[in-house]
Amino acid sequence: MSDAPIFDRYAALIEAEEPVALATVIDGPHVGAKLLVTTDGADPIGSLGHPELDRVVGRDALAELEAARSGVRSYGPEGQTTPEDLVDQPTIRVFVESHAPPPQMWIFGAVDFTAALARVAKVLGYRVTVCDAREVFATKRRFPMADAVRVTWPTPMFDELGADLTPRDAVCILTHDPKFDVPAVQGALATRVGYIGVMGSRKTHAKRMERLADVGLTSEQLDRLLSPIGLDIGARTPEETAVSICAEIIARRTGKMVPSLKDSTGPIHS
Amino acid sequence: MKDLLGDIARWRAAGERIAVARVVDIEGSGPRLPGAAMAVTESGEVAGSVSGGCVEGAVVGEALSILDGTTEPRVVTFGYSDDEAFAVGLTCGGTIHLFIEELAW
Repeated sequence: MSDAPIFDRYAALIEAEEPVALATVIDGPHVGAKLLVTTDGADPIGSLGHPELDRVVGRDALAELEAARSGVRSYGPEGQTTPEDLVDQPTIRVFVESHAPPPQMWIFGAVDFTAALARVAKVLGYRVTVCDAREVFATKRRFPMADAVRVTWPTPMFDELGADLTPRDAVCILTHDPKFDVPAVQGALATRVGYIGVMGSRKTHAKRMERLADVGLTSEQLDRLLSPIGLDIGARTPEETAVSICAEIIARRTGKMVPSLKDSTGPIHS
Repeated sequence: MKDLLGDIARWRAAGERIAVARVVDIEGSGPRLPGAAMAVTESGEVAGSVSGGCVEGAVVGEALSILDGTTEPRVVTFGYSDDEAFAVGLTCGGTIHLFIEELAW
């Protein structure tokens, strides 16, 4: 086997789903030179040909990795980035390839819609956690497609892991049970999570909004909720509903305005 | 790249030399995002894809010319909108820029 020390480390980190960014000079001196950047505080491996260029690209690669973005960035030969410093300088173009860990989806409520949503979310590459306080329902046997099944209430779950949620992640609350929904919404709103969807009929939704206001949540906070959950595509089965929810997650992320159930009125199943 | 790791490990264990093409930039409508990758061995085995299938054949040719030393690692461009582009086009009308190099790092 040929010697490829940077590739070996890069491949091992990707397999372990650890965050890693690989910077490659694609234009300029040292074409093909590599710098491997991780988030564990270790020094980057490799070099792009100049220590200052390595330092600046290493910094930028961490930011790209945090945002899960891959793309080309331009620098001067010594890592210059400001337009004034780049005048009359040759430009080095560097491709930064980010391998962020998969986004997470937390699904609250071990109901019949949960299995379908977990399956569709897996297709989209999510790391799926199903959470319900009822241990007869929240079992790995019922949700073999989930990465984790946790028998717990929402509050301890958010207390323990809520800080890990990022704008790339999603929380879907499917329980319809106020004593579970209310703490789940409160927990989700206290995180940076990018999508919070809550299932229910228009009537359930209206009652729930009253309960959420009663526990002190403001209308600005509640505006983050996608409730009723999903796009208005006429979904009926658990599988169709799962597609409607995942389509809404994609549309919100990409900023497309497509009709969400949140923005319409009338019966959901018409 | 993740979906290529299994094939790459197998090829390296068999002592094959490998070229990797990665999408680094797209203009207009591109079928695969930056980071999409394709790997080609000296003996012409292929894994992965960098477009909807439109330019894969031409990329294999480029990859083999890197492995036999005819061309240096470089950015190649495929698409309709670029005068420098190869004769091969993307049916979606976009332009993709690929960086192709030998996997020896």
